[in-house]
Amino acid sequence: MAALPETLTAGRLATLGESHLRAFARNAFPFLVLGAVWEIVAHLGFFPTKLFPPIETIAAALYRLTISGILPLQVAETLLRLGAGFALAAIFGVTLGILMGRSRLIEDIALPLVSIGAPIPGIAYAPLFMLWFDLGNKSAILLVGFVSAFPIIFNTWTGVKAVKEIWVRSAQVMGADDRRLFRHVILPGALPYVLTGLRLGLAQAWRILVVVELLAAVPNGLGLLIFGARQFLATDVMLAGIAVIGIIGLALEKLVFQRLEQATVIRWGMMTS
Amino acid sequence: MSTNPTSIERTRSILRGTAAIIVVAALYEVTARSGVFPRALMPTLAKVASTFADMVADGSMLHHAVTTLARMLAGFALAVVIGLPLGILMGRLRNVESFFLPLTSALMPIPSLAWVPVFILWFGLGNAVTVLIVLYAALFPMMLSAWSGMRAVNRLWLRAAGAMGADEQAMFWKVILPGASPFIITGLRQAFLRAWIAVVGAEMLAASDWGLGWVIYDSREFLNVDVMLASVAVIGIIGFAFERLVFGSLERFTVQRWGMVRVAKG
Repeated sequence: MAALPETLTAGRLATLGESHLRAFARNAFPFLVLGAVWEIVAHLGFFPTKLFPPIETIAAALYRLTISGILPLQVAETLLRLGAGFALAAIFGVTLGILMGRSRLIEDIALPLVSIGAPIPGIAYAPLFMLWFDLGNKSAILLVGFVSAFPIIFNTWTGVKAVKEIWVRSAQVMGADDRRLFRHVILPGALPYVLTGLRLGLAQAWRILVVVELLAAVPNGLGLLIFGARQFLATDVMLAGIAVIGIIGLALEKLVFQRLEQATVIRWGMMTS
Repeated sequence: MSTNPTSIERTRSILRGTAAIIVVAALYEVTARSGVFPRALMPTLAKVASTFADMVADGSMLHHAVTTLARMLAGFALAVVIGLPLGILMGRLRNVESFFLPLTSALMPIPSLAWVPVFILWFGLGNAVTVLIVLYAALFPMMLSAWSGMRAVNRLWLRAAGAMGADEQAMFWKVILPGASPFIITGLRQAFLRAWIAVVGAEMLAASDWGLGWVIYDSREFLNVDVMLASVAVIGIIGFAFERLVFGSLERFTVQRWGMVRVAKG
């Protein structure tokens, strides 16, 4: 699986030796332009304000929802759901991927099945899961887990197979038993791929979770907040919700995975940042 | 990947794989026939196949598939027309890069489907919403891979072409663009994958009357799990066909023929 970097950001620009302030100003500039255009369009009144609210209205909605505790509750519920589904996928996917990488028999059996399932967009299964597992949290979590399992399985499998033969042999020659070979050679060797798989899996899960929340009619969640706001033409609430979704998506990528990579594969010199 | 499997091993792999698929299908069939779950929720494979045949025969499956494909291709084409030149410009001009890169990295983590309710309010229910959602989903991977492709062109090739007297135009068409093409093709692939997911999701939420996503969602009301499974299969087959046939041959006729990427094994 060719994995393009999901977010290629200001890191490169910062390396060019600019001061932090200038780098910040440079990054903020496009948002100022976009914001100004938005404000002008919103205030000119081409569109009803209800449908195209100015930024201050969106910010006010964001503030109102946060203060009243509604938004934090929805965010918490959504993240919990994401975490539960993703944890299932990670445990199952990494285990199966490693088994497929280590055992020819399991690879032969599982690979065709996984390859049949993988190209179908997970969202297509959503109504099916809802009939099978009922509306609510269970089907939402299972679907998120199902969707994110595929990239995790594939990348873990590739990673285990990509561990250099010479590392395995030299460890064996130096007397490593199977357990130590696995813990000290294969697992760290496959880790860059495993992390890529986890990252792709989480991104996919995040991309469909909002819709799944709506379809599965879960009691709370960001998806529900956005889609529910449509009934009342509350565009400001919808846009505030979308902004929060974007921020969480960016944070998952930047804070969680970049930290994790920094602490493992980059420190071990297996990847450059 | 390390060793070339001998033909005996390969045959064994295929046999085991086929056996696994048959066993899983048989297990499903036995469970469906045993009546542990209601027949409506777990139709037998024969039922799914006959529903599929009926839908093909009365032309409704074709209509759904063509509608979905048309919506997806419209959005995807827009994404390529906008994203490819923009990504190339980002790779060539510093100003364009520093303007669009932060915007892209801020907008890309927002799932395209989250915009559906906003777009419905703005553009009304119908095709426009679906096409625009597909555009949103496909645009950013297209832009970013064109951009990284431009930056990944081997400096040595540029110098060599320059030394041999290539002018700006020849340099771009003969060196830079082919040099960036492995990334651009990867970008097309990724954009397609995103577009395919987005079109199905958007149809569930915003479409009316036709489309594979819509028919899956609509069958839920009537517990038509056979229709659902048949449509899910069609979605999978179309996605797979595009990935293998369209992008696979695109790759074979360009970057593989030019010897820029190795053929993946396994």
